[in-house]
Amino acid sequence: MSAAVLAVEVTSTWYLVLAAALFCIGMVGVMVRRNPLVMFMCVELMLNAVNLSFVALASELGDIRGQTIVLFVMVVAAAEVVVGLGIVVAILRRRPKATADDLAELKG
Amino acid sequence: MADTFTAPTIAWFDLTPILVLLGAALLLLLVGALTPRWPRGLYAATTATAAGTAMVLSFVLWDDVTDQGARTLVADAVILDGFSSFATIAICAAVLLACLVTDDYLRREQLDGPEIYALYLTSAIGGVVMAMANDLIVLFIGLEVLSMSFYVLAASHRRRIESQESGLKYFVLGGFSSAFFLYGVALIYGGSGSTRYDEIVTAFNDVVPTERADALVLAGVALLVVGLAFKVSAVPFHFWTPDVYQGAPTPITAFMASAGKVGAFAAMLRVLTEALPNWRDDWRPVVWVLSVLTLVVGSVLAVVQTNVKRMLAYSSISHAGFILVGVEAAAHRAGEADPGQGVSASLLYLLLYAVLVLGTFAVVSLVARTGDGNTDLSAFRGLGRTRPALALGMTVLLLAQAGVPLTSGFIAKFGVIEAAVDENSYAIAIIAMLASVIAAYLYLRIMVSMWIADPEPADEALEPVRTPFSTVLAVVLAVGFTLVVGVAPGWIVSAAENATTIVHQVGP
Repeated sequence: MSAAVLAVEVTSTWYLVLAAALFCIGMVGVMVRRNPLVMFMCVELMLNAVNLSFVALASELGDIRGQTIVLFVMVVAAAEVVVGLGIVVAILRRRPKATADDLAELKG
Repeated sequence: MADTFTAPTIAWFDLTPILVLLGAALLLLLVGALTPRWPRGLYAATTATAAGTAMVLSFVLWDDVTDQGARTLVADAVILDGFSSFATIAICAAVLLACLVTDDYLRREQLDGPEIYALYLTSAIGGVVMAMANDLIVLFIGLEVLSMSFYVLAASHRRRIESQESGLKYFVLGGFSSAFFLYGVALIYGGSGSTRYDEIVTAFNDVVPTERADALVLAGVALLVVGLAFKVSAVPFHFWTPDVYQGAPTPITAFMASAGKVGAFAAMLRVLTEALPNWRDDWRPVVWVLSVLTLVVGSVLAVVQTNVKRMLAYSSISHAGFILVGVEAAAHRAGEADPGQGVSASLLYLLLYAVLVLGTFAVVSLVARTGDGNTDLSAFRGLGRTRPALALGMTVLLLAQAGVPLTSGFIAKFGVIEAAVDENSYAIAIIAMLASVIAAYLYLRIMVSMWIADPEPADEALEPVRTPFSTVLAVVLAVGFTLVVGVAPGWIVSAAENATTIVHQVGP
């Protein structure tokens, strides 16, 4: 690798762009995937993309609060996992192999 | 780097409404799990007592802030003012009425358990925190507490697959919208350097934002509005509402439609007018478009439904459109010393709608009969003959939802339209009036089914509609409130105006 490539400075903007990309991957995943568990993982990916943004912005601003917020978000995400998996398990116990398309009792 | 951590002083008495709700929720969960099943109705009575106590305490605090002025609590994390007291009272009223409806429902469906009541209380806490928040992260926590309780509540009927399906749908879309909201918070934090409402405003008071900061905040505002629009079910972010409202157990639908809307709209009003007044010219057109779409789509789609719960879901979407008219009016004055009519009209609409929708769904939960499945329009056929008093109550509530004079619904709709006209938003006021005419057809369809439709042989096979005391009491209270406010609205209108004049003033 040439020295010029190594000399590129990684700024917080790089992390913001990466976070935006991850967020979009998660968003598209929720919209196109049909397995409730995968949709659920995509939501988690979106939340973690936001966490990355928070950390990047906190280091750019030199402010500790952004990093503190990440801890709050992690707790919320963990609580969401508990609630979400509970509901998914309750459904799959009655209907193995259910996808979001099979769940179509409610339509109109 | 030897910063020491200083614990904030906490004004415990100012937080008592939340503490009472929290204490009752923990009591129900812990004691309810450790002791044998409590006697009939005691879970509901505990919950209703807690909600009633929190309501009384909110009145006391409201009186206090009228004398002493609004203040921030817990290191500026939350605000105590007239606005938050009013929203707390509305949410507690929703919990009270929902308890009355749920008590008999759980017995009929053999779902007795303290968890549902504990979740009512925790979601009420979430709603109150949303209305009080002075920091976007505190708001996010409140939003999540409210939403997560709702996901479980929606899925709580163990024997109906529709209930669990609606819980899952709500969960995935709720998590999706929370992620948008949180991304908005992150970008606003990046642009302004803070998540506190007052600091977001003061960050740009004297300085011209750099291009980067401006872009970050604008993108953040857009994502934040998308996240909130999901929560208030504004078109085009409404598609979860009919499914969730139809699938969830009926008393819980009632609670979600009332307490959930109050929390989400209180948060929206506060964030937009107190944290983002500097960008009001950017977000006001967005609110305008959301409002018009919500009014038109909600009213038109409500008319073509055949399931009453879905009809009422679309009707709740069209009501959200009306409240957005109030938000749009508030937008004209965001950040000014005189808040105008918009905020108070929206708040009043929320309180009146919360009571109305709870009464309406209480009747639906009775008509749904055992199994909670008979919610088609045909299930209401002949109700005027078999249960005339109940049908009369439902008729009053439906007329109120349509906005007929001498009911609270008229006062609510008149308030937001007057606020819009005050700010010269004539177009939106006219669209709102036309939408309410379209929506009136939907309420008429239910009334025609109750009073005029011919009976059919299939109706005989249906179990007769029961009228248990507690649910009927909820309907009577809702109808009474609707008529009293409709006939003598002065006191409650001035109470809402009084509430919104005592706001926390942002920095010097």
